[in-house]
Amino acid sequence: MSTPSRPISTEYDAIVIGGGHNGLVNGAYLAKAGLRTLIIERRHLVGGAAITEELRPGFSFTTFSYALSLLRPDIIHELNLPSHGFMPIEMPSSFAPMENGDYLLFGKDRNLNIQELARHSRRDADAMDQYDHDMTEICQAIKPLLDTAPPNLFGGTPEDAAQLADLARHLKGLKPRVLHNIVRLLTGSAAEWLDDYFETEIIKGWYASSGIIGSRVGPMSAGSGLVLLYHNAGEHDGHFGSWAFHKGGNGGFTQVLSRAAQGFGAEIVLESAVSNVITSNGRAIGVALADGTELQAKVVVSALDPRRTFTELVDPRELPTDLVDNIRRFRFQGTSAKVNFALDGLPKYPALGDRGDQFRGFTNIGPSIEYLERAYDDAKYGWYSKRPYIDACIQSMVDPSMAPPGKHVMSCFVQYAPYKLKGSDWDTERERFGDTVQSTIESFFPGFGDLVLQREIVTPLDIERVVGLSEGNIFGGEFLAPQMYFFRPAPGWNTYRTPIEGYYQCGSGTHPGGCVMGAPGKLASQRILGDLAAQQ
Amino acid sequence: MIKTTPFHERLAPLNETHLWVHWSGYLAAQKYQTSEKFEYYAIRNSAALIDTSPLYKYRITGPDAERFLAGVLARDIRACRDGQAQYTVWCDDRGFIVEDGVVLRHSSDEFLLTAAEPNMSYLQNLIGYDKVDIVDVSADIASLAIQGPRSREVLIQLAPELETLAFFHHTPATFGNVPVTVSRTGYTGDLGYELWVDSGDAIEMFDAVAEASVGRGVLPAGNSALLMSRIEAGLVLIDVDFHSSRYAFTDHDIVTPHELGFGWMFRDLPTSDRRFIGRKAIEREVANGTSRWKQVGLLVDWQHWDQLYRDAGLVPPKDETPITYEMMLYDGDSNRVGYTTSFMYSPMLQRHIAMARVQPHLGRIGSAVNLEVTINHRYHTVRAEVARTPLFNPSRKTA
Repeated sequence: MSTPSRPISTEYDAIVIGGGHNGLVNGAYLAKAGLRTLIIERRHLVGGAAITEELRPGFSFTTFSYALSLLRPDIIHELNLPSHGFMPIEMPSSFAPMENGDYLLFGKDRNLNIQELARHSRRDADAMDQYDHDMTEICQAIKPLLDTAPPNLFGGTPEDAAQLADLARHLKGLKPRVLHNIVRLLTGSAAEWLDDYFETEIIKGWYASSGIIGSRVGPMSAGSGLVLLYHNAGEHDGHFGSWAFHKGGNGGFTQVLSRAAQGFGAEIVLESAVSNVITSNGRAIGVALADGTELQAKVVVSALDPRRTFTELVDPRELPTDLVDNIRRFRFQGTSAKVNFALDGLPKYPALGDRGDQFRGFTNIGPSIEYLERAYDDAKYGWYSKRPYIDACIQSMVDPSMAPPGKHVMSCFVQYAPYKLKGSDWDTERERFGDTVQSTIESFFPGFGDLVLQREIVTPLDIERVVGLSEGNIFGGEFLAPQMYFFRPAPGWNTYRTPIEGYYQCGSGTHPGGCVMGAPGKLASQRILGDLAAQQ
Repeated sequence: MIKTTPFHERLAPLNETHLWVHWSGYLAAQKYQTSEKFEYYAIRNSAALIDTSPLYKYRITGPDAERFLAGVLARDIRACRDGQAQYTVWCDDRGFIVEDGVVLRHSSDEFLLTAAEPNMSYLQNLIGYDKVDIVDVSADIASLAIQGPRSREVLIQLAPELETLAFFHHTPATFGNVPVTVSRTGYTGDLGYELWVDSGDAIEMFDAVAEASVGRGVLPAGNSALLMSRIEAGLVLIDVDFHSSRYAFTDHDIVTPHELGFGWMFRDLPTSDRRFIGRKAIEREVANGTSRWKQVGLLVDWQHWDQLYRDAGLVPPKDETPITYEMMLYDGDSNRVGYTTSFMYSPMLQRHIAMARVQPHLGRIGSAVNLEVTINHRYHTVRAEVARTPLFNPSRKTA
């Protein structure tokens, strides 16, 4: 289906601002419900931070987000994604190189994994099974909270009270151990949580890494437990905490979403920036494009982050002061970067000789909690890590269509890279930062630099400039307890509504939050459709 | 003593798991590395090499070869042109299926018939006065399947003319110095080919294919991945989805072609006087409407599946390992109306699927059935619906 560069009409039932994955999900559900829906994307391609670009002939780069796990299973079916090419390819290995030249390499055989971990610690070998079991119980318990809109604590309507009662009932139904574990994770550090299970640094470093991704938090700080829990709540084919690589990268995935949305009748326009939401008497009546075009709609949905949703697309003077204050205080403070490589061949890990199968999944350069915490220390004082944490993935090993035969693409997610640098800026530091990342990789994989054909450095500033995520925060706002669930993005406004009637929010700054999850887009569509039904 | 296939010397070192199954007396890899699902994704996203040499192969030659096969096989072999292949079944005189297989037709006096089970005495006993020679060439011909969207891209490096080889056609080709018969056939429901080669040339051919595969994400795949793919493709397996009428004790064990979903093989009967074993019975079955079953595909209601397990306090299992024991099917009034023959979680379709037999009145697409599952040691039923097969059917398969 071709994508018109101009809207077909000037009147819609619903207009979604932003063609990121949540905007696409939201628009698809609205279109499926029969609304005449327009999705407006500023860039030349949909996907937001979930895009794949061929930066060099034959080499596909997942510029920003790079793997799939939290995507809600319901969305896969309700939007018929398998019939549009949905293909989450299993990543069968997990590899963690160590600074002493040893490594931890997991495959898909539980008993082999136990033996592998036993090389490092016999005690940790069965602790891993206990850990996986406990995490699965926890994830099973919080799953319903990810798939429903949170109650409005401050609403006071019978509906709000009923939802709160549902929540209380759900929590009361949990085993005491599970509920206690949830609280420990939500309030504690990843390091403390992992210390209760493991003694070996390499396994702790492995698990703790998911407690820092995307967040300005070290594994020893309270708050990293929450981030760890969030990342583990994803699932692939029924396995919690398991990640997949979508064919063609997450850009391949958002193309699937785009086809699904269009299949339901949604219209998508590219290269059209929305300058503001048009309001009249406190309600949204349409949007104005940057070129002056005005489009009407009784529902306008922002898939942008809370700062843009509340202070750029609408006039903050139309909003309650409390809300504007809360949004002003809402923390973004992006701290992640990407360095993507085109490679002439597979890197070698000395202890594994010529093997390459260790690269069929994530390669986690974060060999201990201390390594991660020291990487964080640099960021605390306003600088990028001298020896950063790197979540690398040679994606052409999983989907060979990502690179020409024999060549490879390697996505490296890097922390810490604070949005605000003390005494410098990202445009100045870009290449030096790239060198820091490359030399860190080189220290584990000697000869790596000789393989590099091309390098793409994506700083937090680039994420903000290109994708539009404020301060480059990949989650559309930090995963901090006061910014989650009841309070995402602000107390009383966790319902996907805004104080402007007909104006809704569906980006990652709403519940549950970031990652290629789709839940905000879907839950917002349910709110919108519910409100429309109530009006009739 | 277990035998090894002509490719074993190359494939054995690739089997990191050392997991082998016995297939017709030969060692066959169950999986080469710890994830069979990764091998399955090679079939669906790049390409996989599958050693199918343990299949039985019969070379059928002679001036009456075509007439012989036309009388033995239930599908009209005369409609298969030279250079084409045909999937077929053969039946007994009561119209029950003996077996299925693929025939490669080289000419009217030369065919290669493949089968999962030995059929030499069965075939020879039916020769009568036909001038036909049947040779069991099972050990003489090695076969290697290359299946998946990139299979063509690999093979045309060795023989560019394969670019245009059509679905269910075959052709002689030369890989390096090795003569190979290439058929556009397979057991995965994807774009794919099978390579038929003299056993003595198997290693040389394997090396040529392996070299052409380098850097393209081609993996060797074991039986586990193959058996996952074939369920999505709706391809039946003997002793799983049906049993040979030769060895049945009761009629419960056996099926007719119509009952197994092969009614399409007989569309020509009203206008054709061809004679083959079982024809009269098959015509009677159609005329009298005596088919007991209809073979269908099932899509399980994903929401109901998840809900049942979650309500039981369990994580809903989504296991791609095929379940090949029968699971019962019921209608809304709890009458037993059929059973599954193969069941699995399909990663491509992201839901549980099954090959099943239902009573004919439930054979229509969209018919609802309830599938019996055991959860916490109690029977439950989960909603499923009859769906068009193959459940996974990419256009590249025939394009």
